[in-house]
Amino acid sequence: MTSGAVSHPNAASHNEDLVPRYSFGERANHWIGAFAYIYLLITGLAFWSPYLFWLAVIVGGGPTARFWHPWLGLVFTASLCWTFKEWHRDMQITEDDRRWGKAIPYYIENDDDKLPPQGRFNYGQKLFFWGIFYSVILLLLSGIVLWETDLVPWDLRFLRYTAVLIHVSVALITIGLFLIHVYMSAILEEGSFGSMIHGYVTRAWAWTFHRTWYYEVTGRSRPKQ
Amino acid sequence: MSQASTEIVRMSGHAGTVPGAGLNREFQVCKLVDTTTCIGCKACEVACLEWNGYTFSETTFDNSYQTMPETAWNYWNLIKFNEHERDDGTMMLLMRKDQCMHCEDPGCLEACPADAAIVQYANGIVDFQEAHCIGCGYCITGCPFNIPKFSPAAHKVFKCTLCNDRVSVGLEPACIKTCPTGCLHFGTKSEMKELAETRAQQLRSQSGFPDAGVYDPSGVGGTHVIYVLHDAKNPELYGGLPKDPHIPWSVKLWKGPLKWLGNLAIVGGVVGLAWHYMRFGPKKEEEIKPDDGRQP
Repeated sequence: MTSGAVSHPNAASHNEDLVPRYSFGERANHWIGAFAYIYLLITGLAFWSPYLFWLAVIVGGGPTARFWHPWLGLVFTASLCWTFKEWHRDMQITEDDRRWGKAIPYYIENDDDKLPPQGRFNYGQKLFFWGIFYSVILLLLSGIVLWETDLVPWDLRFLRYTAVLIHVSVALITIGLFLIHVYMSAILEEGSFGSMIHGYVTRAWAWTFHRTWYYEVTGRSRPKQ
Repeated sequence: MSQASTEIVRMSGHAGTVPGAGLNREFQVCKLVDTTTCIGCKACEVACLEWNGYTFSETTFDNSYQTMPETAWNYWNLIKFNEHERDDGTMMLLMRKDQCMHCEDPGCLEACPADAAIVQYANGIVDFQEAHCIGCGYCITGCPFNIPKFSPAAHKVFKCTLCNDRVSVGLEPACIKTCPTGCLHFGTKSEMKELAETRAQQLRSQSGFPDAGVYDPSGVGGTHVIYVLHDAKNPELYGGLPKDPHIPWSVKLWKGPLKWLGNLAIVGGVVGLAWHYMRFGPKKEEEIKPDDGRQP
C-alpha cells in the first residue's frame, strides 16, 4: 500500500509507512551548506584562539585557511539563498508557533504531546533558520571588509574596527545555533538525521513531531474537536 | 644590541611560553627623529629601499614634495610633508619621516592570530616574520599608525623592521646611517629620550617654539621611534601623527572579554547539551493514536 492511500488514517499498522520530507535538491543543498559551515567553523576557530590555531594546520595551513575561508563563506551564503527561496514560506511564524514557544519547557522535557501542533518546521527550527539568515547577512557584510582589509582607506578605518567585532560576535551566535541544530537533528530526535540523508520519515514521526504537516502530507483533514 | 633574535619577549597568536621572555636586557633601542632639523631630502627613503632590496616604486604627484600618499608594503619609510600656515600667517614646511613606531604595546601583535608571525624582541623591535604570516590583515586593523601594508602578490604583510638584521650585528639602521643632516639618531631608549628632551628644551628657550616637545605616546606604552616636534600639542600637523594613539578598543574588546565570554559560551553550550541528553534522553516517535483533536 502506498503512503498516500490509507484506509484507516490512525491504524497502528501504518506507523512505519514512509512519507517524503526533503527533496534531493534540499538534501544536496543542506550538505553543501553543512560542509561550507564546518570548514568556516574549523578555520574560524583557528583564527579565534592561539590554542586552536592547529585547526588551520590540519586543513592545509594558515595561509591556505585564510585564502579559502572567505570563498567558503560565499558558498554558504549561496546555499542559504537557495534555502531561503525554497523554504521561506514554510518558515513563516504562525499563531500555533507562538503558543508552541510559550510551551517550550514541555519540548525541552520531551513531553511533546503537550505541545501545540506544528507544520513542516517547528518554531525552534524556524528560529534557527531566521537566526542563521540574519547572522549570515551580518557575517557577509563584515566579512567583505575583513576579506579586503588592506583596501579600506585609513579614513574609513572604523569599518575595520566594527567588522572584527561584528564578525566574531555573530560567528559565536551561529556556533550556538549550530551546536543546538546538530544536537537536535543528529542526536536527540531519532529519525531526523536519516531524513536529511534519504529524504523520508515515518508517518509516526510526522504525527509525533509535526502534527499539522502530517495531516497536510497525508492529505487528510484534521478531526474537529 | 646584538643577538636580538634569540631574545623574543612577545609573540602573536602564541599558546604557551615565549623563548626569551624575562631575559634581562641592559638597554632597549630607540630611533630619534628630530623633525626640526629634517630637510626632507628623502635619503632615508632611498637607503631603506637599498638595504631591504626593494626597487623604487612609482611615485604620485600631488603638487607637493610628497613621494606617495602613504607607506607601502615595499616602501617602509616615507617623509610626510605638510605646508602649514601658522597663526601669524607665515608658512612652515613640516616634514616627518613616517615608519613603524615599534610600540612597546604593539596593536599589530595583539590582533595577529598566527603563531609567531609578529614578534617583539627584548630590545624593543617589533618584527614581522613573513614565513609565519597568513595574510589575514588583522595587524592592519590593530595598528594605530597605519603602518602594516598587504602585498597582494605575496599575500603577506610587510613593514619597517627597524633594520633588525643590522641592529642584531651591531649596526645602526640604514636610514640613520644615511641621514645627511643628523636629524636621525639611534641608541638606547634612555639616551635618545635624554637627547630629545634636551633638543626640545633648546627649541623652547632659544628658538621661539614654546610648544616644542617629544613624541613618545604613552597610549601604546611608549615607542621605540620618538620624535622631536616644534609643536608637540598638535602632532596631527605632521602628516597625521595621532595625538593619543592606542590599540583600537574594538580590538581590545575582541581579544579580551569577548574571547573569554565566547570560550565560556561554547564550552557551556556543549556541556549543557550533553547534560540535556543524559537528563531527558532521546526524542522518540510515538505510535499514531486516534486523534480526538485535543492536542493543545
